[in-house]
Amino acid sequence: MKFDVKTLETDALVIGGGTAGCFSALTIAEHSSLKVLIADKGHIKRSGCLAAGVNALNAYIGKGETPESFVEYVKRDSENVIREDLVYSIAKGLNDAAEKLEQLGLPFLKDESGSYVQRGKRSIKINGENIKPILAEALRKHENVSVLNYVNITEYLKKDGTVIGAAGFSLRENVFYIIYAKKVICATGGASGIYKPNNPTFSRHKMWYSPFNTGAGYAMGIRAGAEMTSFEMRFIALRCKDTIAPTGTIAQGIKAEQVNAKGEEYVSKYGKPTTYMRLYATVMENLKGNGPCFLKTEGISEETEKELFKAYLNMAPAQTLKWIERNIGPSKENVEIEGTEPYIVGGHTASGYWIDADRKTTLKNLYAVGDAAGGSPKKYVTGCLVEGEIAALSIIHETDDSKVSKLDSNEEKHLIQHVLHFFDNTDIKYSPPEIEQAMQKVMDEYAGGITTGYMYNKTKLKMAAVRIDELLKIAEDTKVHSLDDLLNLHETIDRLHVAKVLIQHLEARKETRWKCYQENCDYPNKDDENWLKYVNSVYKDGRVQIILRDLVGRDSRYEHTN
Amino acid sequence: MSIQIDKNKCIACQKCSNICPGNLIRIDQDQKAFIKCPQDCWGCTACLKECPSGAIKYFLGADIGGRGGSLFTQDHPNHIDWHFITKDSKNHKIQTKKDESNKY
Repeated sequence: MKFDVKTLETDALVIGGGTAGCFSALTIAEHSSLKVLIADKGHIKRSGCLAAGVNALNAYIGKGETPESFVEYVKRDSENVIREDLVYSIAKGLNDAAEKLEQLGLPFLKDESGSYVQRGKRSIKINGENIKPILAEALRKHENVSVLNYVNITEYLKKDGTVIGAAGFSLRENVFYIIYAKKVICATGGASGIYKPNNPTFSRHKMWYSPFNTGAGYAMGIRAGAEMTSFEMRFIALRCKDTIAPTGTIAQGIKAEQVNAKGEEYVSKYGKPTTYMRLYATVMENLKGNGPCFLKTEGISEETEKELFKAYLNMAPAQTLKWIERNIGPSKENVEIEGTEPYIVGGHTASGYWIDADRKTTLKNLYAVGDAAGGSPKKYVTGCLVEGEIAALSIIHETDDSKVSKLDSNEEKHLIQHVLHFFDNTDIKYSPPEIEQAMQKVMDEYAGGITTGYMYNKTKLKMAAVRIDELLKIAEDTKVHSLDDLLNLHETIDRLHVAKVLIQHLEARKETRWKCYQENCDYPNKDDENWLKYVNSVYKDGRVQIILRDLVGRDSRYEHTN
Repeated sequence: MSIQIDKNKCIACQKCSNICPGNLIRIDQDQKAFIKCPQDCWGCTACLKECPSGAIKYFLGADIGGRGGSLFTQDHPNHIDWHFITKDSKNHKIQTKKDESNKY
């Protein structure tokens, strides 16, 4: 297949136009005249995690709370292994980020004194249905921002160890893009689709996280030799069964408790109700035969039910449709809950690029923000905005008039061939979706998926690792016939690279720090003496090398030194 | 869960095709929209809200409890009308105001 090659040049390239990426670009545009280019494989008006909207801002310093108490909360909830320095820098900017969203036009619920109405200590009520169109519209007003929609970026451009841009292909026409940039921001989100999902047949994409977030940014970084952190701290959401709609709207919004089949509140039997413990308790109740588990909503008023219908339409319409077509709402029937398959996502747990205070990765001129960046759990929407802003301000500060380095023509040719060679392959035994499903099956069964109650051991992980390498070889030799195939195969290879690194992280942490998220059956207890550490890794010469690093304190200013 | 596009109602404006975050909606020879792979839909409803003719209907797959009902939207400057049609053809409408926050 023939491709036209388009070569572009910009000051800052933002890969991924979701919430973090859009806000990074907006900050650069508002505070400088630097040229910014956003490349997105969807359309920035509705791409990323917040396509359908978001039902609350869950990272906010509420009344009586401080940035310091926010750090303490995240630390407690994450069993102490977080980058306190990163969480603190986010905490200090959360409320300004919320105000900025209001200025851009997002509706907030306010009390008589004009303060935001809180849903919890660190959560405020909004209408987040329109959040992506609002961000996209704000960007449209800036002449120094340009957007490439429906372009899938697949590799960084590297020269002498420095990132000098990225390359990819259009999903709509046979065009290959080579984009040179002085600074690159990776804002591609996290990774879904690594494990077999809750609904593996027709509704296979009815999942918590965006099925279009395929771990592309992690995989590009892995292949380029960037240091990654905490992949073993997977995220598993507790959701409304089948529709995989959020539970916080009910649990926090109307203070519904979790009950088992006997109607008993069960979370307190298992310990303090941290995010992962509420999930673990639900998994255990089901294993013990006390399931199904529910959020206790029976008896709420008709008015509350009507408001819940609306709240779900603003984020997860499937849940409202389910209630209405069954003609049984939450006032008459408790809402069943379940755990999802595991995801790798830096906005909720700590997986992602290992970054410094400015959000620089270990590759020169490459930044990571939002779900792509590791170390700081519970950043959510507002935290992603703050992180985008921190990276943007650093880029403005450090970008000068010097010229961008370029690849020579042979290097460019080699790169194009590397991305497009799948058209020349001859192997047609397995299609990209079949390879992806094979990966999801092996990860589910051998690397702690839903099937095993999220538990794993060393023997299982070894078997998973062998199969993932086999699948990578199969994928490399597979022929593609169209742009759709090419995208699917690249996404599958990206997920396989994430899975490969993930398995080594799960194996490396020889303790169990977070039940369900990381439950190593060879080492079933938490071991503070040896494992108050970050598990990091670098992929080199086909091998994942594990690096253990000491915890970074709240008031440090972390810079990459070794 | 996925969407169905009614070819007879589609006015060939291509707005849905230019918004889908999964690049799933394509244009056929008559310039009408169709979904390439229904099981790849996330269910975000971005296309419903773009569609000016109510041609796109959202439904729950049988595997997640669907009962044959569906949902379409009408986007207005200040509100969205969500129209639910159950299998026994009972219609139900919910209006969400764009400038009004969630209560929960």
